[in-house]
Formats: sequence, structure tokens, C-alpha cells
Amino acid sequence: MSASVLFDAPGPKARFRNLVYSVVGSIGLAALIAWVCYRLYDKGQFAGELWDIFNYAGIRENILEALLSTLKVFALAGVFSLVFAVLLCVARLSDHKPVRWVAVVFIDLFRSIPLLITIFALWVGILGHMTPMWALVLGLTIYNGCVQAEVLRAGVNSVPKGQVEAAYALGLRKTQVTASVLFPQAVRAMLPSIISQLVVTLKDTSLGYIILYPELLYSARLIANNTPVGGVYPTVQTVIVFGAIYISLCLALAWLAKFVERRGSRSKAGIVPAGAKELEEAAAPAAPETKGPGGAAPPSK
Amino acid sequence: MNVLLDNLALFREGFLGTLWLTVVSALLAVVLGLLIAGFRVSPVPPLRIFGTLWVNVLRNTPLTLLFLVAFFVVPKVLFPGVDSFVLAVCACGFYTSSFVAEAVRSGINTVPMGQAEAARAIGMTFTQTMRIVVLPQATRSVIPPLSSIFIALTKNTAVAGAFDNVDLFNIQKTLSNDGYDIAVIFIWITLGYLVITYAINGLFRLLEKGLEVAR
Repeated sequence: MSASVLFDAPGPKARFRNLVYSVVGSIGLAALIAWVCYRLYDKGQFAGELWDIFNYAGIRENILEALLSTLKVFALAGVFSLVFAVLLCVARLSDHKPVRWVAVVFIDLFRSIPLLITIFALWVGILGHMTPMWALVLGLTIYNGCVQAEVLRAGVNSVPKGQVEAAYALGLRKTQVTASVLFPQAVRAMLPSIISQLVVTLKDTSLGYIILYPELLYSARLIANNTPVGGVYPTVQTVIVFGAIYISLCLALAWLAKFVERRGSRSKAGIVPAGAKELEEAAAPAAPETKGPGGAAPPSK
Repeated sequence: MNVLLDNLALFREGFLGTLWLTVVSALLAVVLGLLIAGFRVSPVPPLRIFGTLWVNVLRNTPLTLLFLVAFFVVPKVLFPGVDSFVLAVCACGFYTSSFVAEAVRSGINTVPMGQAEAARAIGMTFTQTMRIVVLPQATRSVIPPLSSIFIALTKNTAVAGAFDNVDLFNIQKTLSNDGYDIAVIFIWITLGYLVITYAINGLFRLLEKGLEVAR
């Protein structure tokens, strides 16, 4: 931390001052935490019986089931949204104007509608009857497909123009250029952003709570409401347990994104296929700069 | 068209509800975000740890879970009897503050070290270095991500509608329960959101233009 634009390496005076701030800051934070803990204690939230509910097999099975249904929606929506994103991205970059325009309008429209509105409309039946699960999957697919399509497009645009020209000069057809030159490099360049958008997808599965799909959050609410212990509802406890589950899932994915990013940046042009190294000297894709427009910033280093 | 005209008052209420939620939460998010970003880049370890924790926990929690905490835990344990609007603003504002903090921090990180060193070398004080050299450059690179963060915030306020706040999502629910055609409601609600998001977009474009310099 000594090298920062904000301050110089501290001298004796500044070190003393920092020490004072450290102590004051620690005391302040400790006081805040202590106050919250005291309030929790005061309301009897630390009583062992309230936590004991998680020792019942039934509750544990509930949690596992909920986790699985969250992961099921996430897996379906993740795969579908990526497939949809590739289609949208191809349409967006098409040489035919009408196709391009349809893609632009579709992407811009669904990116600016709140996901919840889309999911609710699907659930109520804008496209006919739909179970909560499929409403959720379809909503997530449409929204995240649009976002991922833009991410992919940024990746395609980061491929130097010379490569496309070279590919055409070699006699490759349009499909071949897209499939074997543009997309592999786009995906490689954008992998961290793609994964951090998947984190957003995972978080957004929790919107299923609102349309009554029995995923993690919904079952948290059920557990908290249906198992009163001595007249107290274990809301705080379930929130802590389910919050921990969500945070660890998301952190695991975010960590994967960071890992991929580091791996990609180690060799200059990402994971270069053997023998193609010389050709790709100039190709080193710049570190992805796109923001996940879905609201999540890609995890910055 | 009838859906809109028949329920104009309701739509206006919902639109203003969303707008108001967005503006107030955005203000809260900016204030908190700047504070947390300050914590994260400060030379004081406990504050730095707190900032890191804050950002990592809030960014990796679904907003719906935060709403659950705000509406079922906070009133029960910490502050009984708080208005649902305040709770919604807190949930949205806290959630967004973590993104603002990250944007600000990476904005500061884009200012090259040499700039600060040069400023110190020509004898500027700490305040001058910050005010004249570092912060203007950092601000310029923070503006674009902030715009997308606020657009995301606008969309996120829809979750508040599911928790008994009057906003556009809430209106959508009410009207669809009243038996109006969901497709028509959907179009009008969408239009409401588009107005707000495009306004934010335009505002930040202007801001970006205003701050632009030739380099």
C-alpha cells in the first residue's frame, strides 16, 4: 500500500496519525458490531434453540432441495442465455441491415426493462400459461442473453481487423471467419466478463421468490415462517444461513472469473494455440473494459 | 390505450414512486459509496478491511435477500416501525453503494502514479495534488460506469415494488390482478422505465461532455 497516488510512504508523524485513526476506526466498528449484537441478544436471537432447527434432517433436506432448484434454474438459464447470446450477437453483427436492426432493438429493449417486470409478465401469461420455473428461466435467458450478446460483441470488436482480412484473403467463408477466427478470440478475451455476468444470473435467480418459485430464498421464508421456536420466528438465523449459501456460491464463481482472468493474462494473447503464436503477436486482446450492464461491475482486481 | 387512460392516476403514482426511489437511493449510494471507497484506499488497515468486507458481502448477495433482511429482520430487531419506503431505499442504496465504491476505487487506480509524483515534485501540497491533479482525472473515468450503475439501480427498484412499495412493478401487479391484458400493461410499464433510464443516460452523456478534455 505504500505506492499509491493518494499518499506518500508515511513518515513518523503520519504513521502515528494512522495508528490513531486505526484505533479510533477499530473502536468505532467494534462499537457498531457490538451494538448490533446487543440488539440481537436483547431480542433473544442468540438462544441455542433458535439455531437448533438446522439440526433437523427435514430442514436440511429442504435447504438441499431449494439449493438444487436454484442451481437447476441457474444452469438452464446460464446455458440458454449463452446460446441465445451467440445468436443475438451474430444477428447484431450481421451484414443485412434489417437483421441487425431487429437485434439492436431487441437487445436495447430487454436490457432496459427490469428483469422482474419481464419475469412477472411471463408468469402472468404474456406468452400463454407458464410454470414459475420456466417463466424464471425464460426471463433470465432473455435478459442475460442480451447482456452477454453485448459482451461478446465487445469481444468480437476487440479482434484486430487484420485477422478478418487475412482470413478472407485465405478464402474462408463468412461463417468460417465468424466461427473459427472471431468467436474463439472474442470468448477468450471476454471470459472474465462472461463469468461475472453469470454471477449476476445466479443472483437474479432469487427473483423466483417473488413469483413463488420454490428456490433458496422462498424456502428461507417458508422455514422462517413455519418453524417458530417458543413463539419466536427464526428469521435472523435463516437469513444468516441462506445469505452464507448465496455469498459462497457467488464468491466461488467470482473467484473462477478472477482465476480465468489471471490465466488469460499470463501469456500475452491468452491461451494461444501452439504454432499460432507468431501470428498473434499483435492480437493481444486488451483487458476487457466492459461493464456488465446488468448492474454488476466485473470484479476488478 | 384505455388501460393507460383509465388508470392514469395509478400510473403517475407508480412512475413517481419509481423515480423517487431511484433518486433517493442513488443519493444514498453515492454518499455511502464514496465513504466506502475512501475507506478502501485509506492507509488505515481496519477501515480498509471493513471496506473490502462491505463490498464483497453486498456485491455477492442477491438484492432480494437484502430486501428480505430489510423488511423482516431490521424492523424486528434493530429499528421497529420504520417506513417501508425508507427500508426499500436502504436496501437499494446499500446494494448499489458497493458498486459505486468499486467504480470510484478503480477510477482512482486509473490515475498513473507519475501524475501524483510529478505534482509532489513541483511542490504541490496534498490538498492541491488531490484537487487539481488526481481527483479530476479520476472523476472522468468514474462517470461512464456510474451511468450504467444508476441505470441498473432504476431497474433494481422494481424489487421494492414486490415488497409493498408503490412503484411501476407494483402497478403492474395491481393492474394484472384487475384483469387487464398483461401485454398492454407491460408496454406502458416498459415505457415508464425507458423514460427514466434514457434520462439518466442523457444526463451522464452531458456530464461526460462537460468534463471532456483533449488529451
